[in-house]
Formats: sequence, C-alpha cells, structure tokens
Amino acid sequence: MWRAELALLFRRTRTQALLGVLALVPIVVASAVRFSGGGAQPGEGPQFLDQLTHNGVFAALVGLTVTLPFFLPLAVAVVAGDAIAGEANLGTLRYLLTRPYGRTRLLLHKGAVLVAFCVIATCVVAIAGIIAGAILFPIGPVTTLSGTTLSLTAGTIRIFAAAAVVGGSLLGLAAIGLFISTLTDAPVGAMAATAGIAVLSGVLDAIPQLHAIHPWLLTHYWLTFGDLLRSPVRWTAITKNLLLQAGYMLVFITAAWARFTTKDVLA
Amino acid sequence: MQTDPMNLAPDAPADDALAIRTTGLTKRFGGTAVVDDLNLQVPTGSVFGFLGPNGSGKTTTIRMLLGLVNPSAGSVRLLGRSMPEAANRVLPNVGTLVEGPAFYPWLSGRRNLTRIDAAGPDPLRTTRADRVDAALAQVGLSAAADKRYRAYSLGMRQRLGLAAALLRPRSLLILDEPTNGMDPQGTREIRNLIRAVAADGATVLLCSHLLSEVEQVCTHAAIITLGRLVAQGPLESLRETTTTRVTVETDDTERAAAVLERLGLMQIAVAGALVSAALDSQRPEDCCKALVLADVGVRSFVSRRPSLEDTYVELTGEGFDVAR
Ligand SMILES: Nc1ncnc2c1ncn2[C@@H]1O[C@H](COP(=O)(O)OP(=O)(O)O)[C@@H](O)[C@H]1O
Ligand SMILES: [Mg+2]
Repeated sequence: MWRAELALLFRRTRTQALLGVLALVPIVVASAVRFSGGGAQPGEGPQFLDQLTHNGVFAALVGLTVTLPFFLPLAVAVVAGDAIAGEANLGTLRYLLTRPYGRTRLLLHKGAVLVAFCVIATCVVAIAGIIAGAILFPIGPVTTLSGTTLSLTAGTIRIFAAAAVVGGSLLGLAAIGLFISTLTDAPVGAMAATAGIAVLSGVLDAIPQLHAIHPWLLTHYWLTFGDLLRSPVRWTAITKNLLLQAGYMLVFITAAWARFTTKDVLA
Repeated sequence: MQTDPMNLAPDAPADDALAIRTTGLTKRFGGTAVVDDLNLQVPTGSVFGFLGPNGSGKTTTIRMLLGLVNPSAGSVRLLGRSMPEAANRVLPNVGTLVEGPAFYPWLSGRRNLTRIDAAGPDPLRTTRADRVDAALAQVGLSAAADKRYRAYSLGMRQRLGLAAALLRPRSLLILDEPTNGMDPQGTREIRNLIRAVAADGATVLLCSHLLSEVEQVCTHAAIITLGRLVAQGPLESLRETTTTRVTVETDDTERAAAVLERLGLMQIAVAGALVSAALDSQRPEDCCKALVLADVGVRSFVSRRPSLEDTYVELTGEGFDVAR
C-alpha cells in the first residue's frame, strides 16, 4: 500500500518540478564552470569545486554541497508539510480514514514515503551531476580529500554513499515537517513552518556565542558528508549526524503519532 | 484486529435490528453543544432520511459515526459494534460520502478510485480494475473516467464520490447531501441508485435538506435542529405528528368558519376568501357536506394530507437564517 503513496507523490507535477529543479542545479554549476573557462582554486567556492575541471564526477558532490543549504531542505519541507495537511486540505483524509486506512498505518506510510523522497532527491542531484560532469569534463579515477586515488567505480560508490548520507541528514527535518503537518489543515503553512525551522537552525549554527547548542542543531553536521571522500573514511561526524537525525525522528514521529491518532478530522 | 467485548453484552440481539445506534451522543466545540444528547436509531434495512437545517449538526454526527471526530460524550454502535474501537472491522462494510466528494485533482477519476480502493484493509488487488470500472459505470462516468478530476464538473465530482462509496458491496451507506450540485437527471439516477442499493438489503442513511428527496426514497427519517433530535421514526408516523388541514374557498367566510368550529375543527384561520382549519377526527367529506347544508357557497374545498415538509417546518421553525 505504501507504494500507492509513493506513486501518488511522484505522479504529481509539483514533485516532478521539485526534482527537476534539483537536477538542474549541478547541471548549471557544471556548465558555468565549463563555459566560463577557468576552474576554481582550492578553497575557493563550494566544497569540491576546484576538483571539477579535472574530474567530471565531482559535479555530483558540488551539486550536493550547493543544494544542501537551500534547495534540498525546501523540497523536503514542501513534501513533508503536505503529507497530512495536504490530504486534510483536499478532504481526501476523511475518505482514506473511513476506508478504513488506520491512522497509525497512514502516518507510517507517509513517513516511509518521506524517507524515500529524501534519498531519491539527493540521488537525483548526484545522477544529474555525474551525467553533466561526464559530458562537460574528463572523468577518471577519483582523488580523495586525503590525496589518495580511488578507481572510478569505487569513487562513484563513494559519491552515492555521500548522496545517501545527505538524504539521511534530511530525515530529522522530514520528521519535523510530518509533525507540523498533523497540526494544521493548511499545507502551505506547514511547508513554510518546516522550511523556517531549517533556516532558523542554520542561522543559530552561524552564531558563535551559541556554540553550546550547536551539536544539537538539525543542520550542524550537514556538510560533513565530504568526510566520505577521505581515505580512510572519517566516520565520527557522519555517525554523530545520523544519530542526531535519528533522535529528531524519534521525538517528532512520536509527537506526530500522538497528535494524529487523537485529533478530530474536521476537514 | 480489535476484539469487541461489547458485542457479548445482553443487548446484542436487539442491536442487530439497528444498523446505527447512538446513545447520548454529544459534541461540544468550545462551549456550544453542536450535537446534543442524540439518540439516533436507524433500523437495519431502512432508507433513513436524516433531515435538518444547515448547521444543525448532521455532518458532525456523521463524522462521529465514522470515528473521524471523537464524541465529547455518548457512544456509537455501527452495524452492532462500538465505534471507533471496532473501526477496522466495521468500516469496510460502510460506504461513505461525507460533506461532498474529495479527490486528488491531478489524477484521473479512474486513478483516484484505484487509490481509494487500494487504501482498504483487504486490497483484493487482482479484481481492482474490474471493481473500479463497475463503479464508474454504475454512476455513469465511464466516458469521463480518464479525465483529470480537476476538469470534472460539480455533478461529475459528486458522481465520482458516489462511485467511491459503492466500490465494494456495502451493508451500510452513509450519504451526506449526495445530490448536491447535480442536474435533475443525475438527481433521479441517484434516487434510483439508492433504491437499488436498498433493494439489495443495504441500510442507507441519507442526510439531506431536500425534503422531497427524503419523501421519495426514505422509509424512515429523523429530524435534527440545533443538534437535538426532535423526531424520528417511520415516515408515516412522522407525517401523522402534523394534522390534515381543510381549506374552503367561499364568499361567506364568517359562516363557513362558524360551521367548521361547530364541527370541532381547530386552528381556524381566515385569509381573504379562504378559511382553513385542522381536522381532529372528522372526515373531510362530512365537513364539506355540513358546509353545503348550512348554505355556505363553496367554490372549492381542499383537504391536504400533511407532507413531511409540514412536520419539518413545524419542528424546526420557519426561519431562513442559519440557526447558529
Ligand atoms: N470545527 C468546528 N469548530 C466549531 N464549530 C464547528 C466546527 N465544525 C462545525 N461547527 C459548527 O457545528 C454546527 C453544525 O455543523 P454541521 O454538523 O456541519 O451542520 P450540518 O451538516 O447539519 O449543516 C455549525 O453551527 C457549525 O458552525
Ligand atoms: Mg452538512
């Protein structure tokens, strides 16, 4: 049954448009670098940009770096905020529940679809990046951040592992969005609130005086996915990130469940 | 799957005769009781009209019946089991149309039905396509099945909503204003559909403000106003709560009124050349004869059986304003 939820989401023009925009980002960045002539110097521009001219597959990593602060959380906020509030707004929620589609079951399926969306969205960025990179630049063995070299296959596997980790970084936000989505019948409000929380987290993370709370912020470890491109892989920050996201999921999915299974469905 | 210990209670056999039974059902929003101590009893196999002015609490009641809204007090038994505890067992046998149809605008009618069908607890995937086609044909939507719901007219949307309610064999149909926005043919088809479903043995709860609709298809009815039940029972007995009135058109209203009064008629009213009065136990033909014998010039004599409308207006008031 959750496959039907998945089909519903991906058949929607809005979802396709979101994924289209995400795919466009690495293509635009790679084209810009290619046609402006000069590559970037190390330390200049987004993470991995300096490597792009030597190896096209890095367009995937640049794409992930560039979409992570804004486009990806926005896409997740749209899909998560819509999860329950969108059904309520259309009125379909009352018909799903009287089929009956148990409330817990519906919430779990919506959650599963969100997880799938997070991973699919990041993979779309990675795939679009690799394709654009392969067309515009030479590709070959991947030089890691530690200076060692991986075969193209091993490097590509690392890149998809990075995409998966970025997808995992978004799960906390997705859970928050799902919870907010159970609070209202107005999907746009839920989307805006969810996106607002991602932005707020980023802002707080940038204020040095608040360093005590930084390790608990949703977005704190987001850009650490680059550690996968070290040799050997440096797992510390990635593990912390995934544990933090799991914690957010536990709290907010429980809250969403408590709210959704008891609320009056009036829409 | 939940067990339902209530079903073993001594009152269980009596419940079989009732498809819907609410006891003291109450819903308060803020301070106001929108549904107030409602004891609704819908006999199994009946076509039951649930009548009430706008805002009287019909939809809220239906939401409580279906477990969408938690009652503030009271209980609901649907098909002999208590709701919402037994929702997973009861609801697969209940088709619903609550406060208008609702579908995904970006999917076709067919895809919408397919999704709704798949949301059930027992998907029966292999026969899904046939079931969806049959439901579409039943409401006359086969030709528009592959258009997006966005492009449907109000009446087509309503039809699709009914198709969703009829996707599977149901022992109870709960329809909230099913003919809203439909053309006259559509309205008639819905009536026929309801009759056909009822003939197959299903119970139908038809929520409506259209009295004629209820009069034409229902065997029973309940009238609700301001959240309170003011009458329920077989249609005949509801009509009888209001008396038959006779109306005489005459040039001598004074004498006519006197004759009717002498016969013991009540609520005598004179308006222009018309005198009307409520029969108690007198037969209309005797009244007419008495008038003629008393030399009243009778231009016309009408005896009107009360319609459901009379009962309805008497119980809910004439006012046009939404009660609250
Ligand atoms: N969510 C709500 N909050 C407060 N009042 C509500 C809510 N939903 C409905 N009502 C009120 O409950 C009353 C009954 O509404 P409803 O059951 O929809 O009536 P009906 O279906 O008979 O027209 C109305 O006065 C309406 O304003
Ligand atoms: Mg209503």
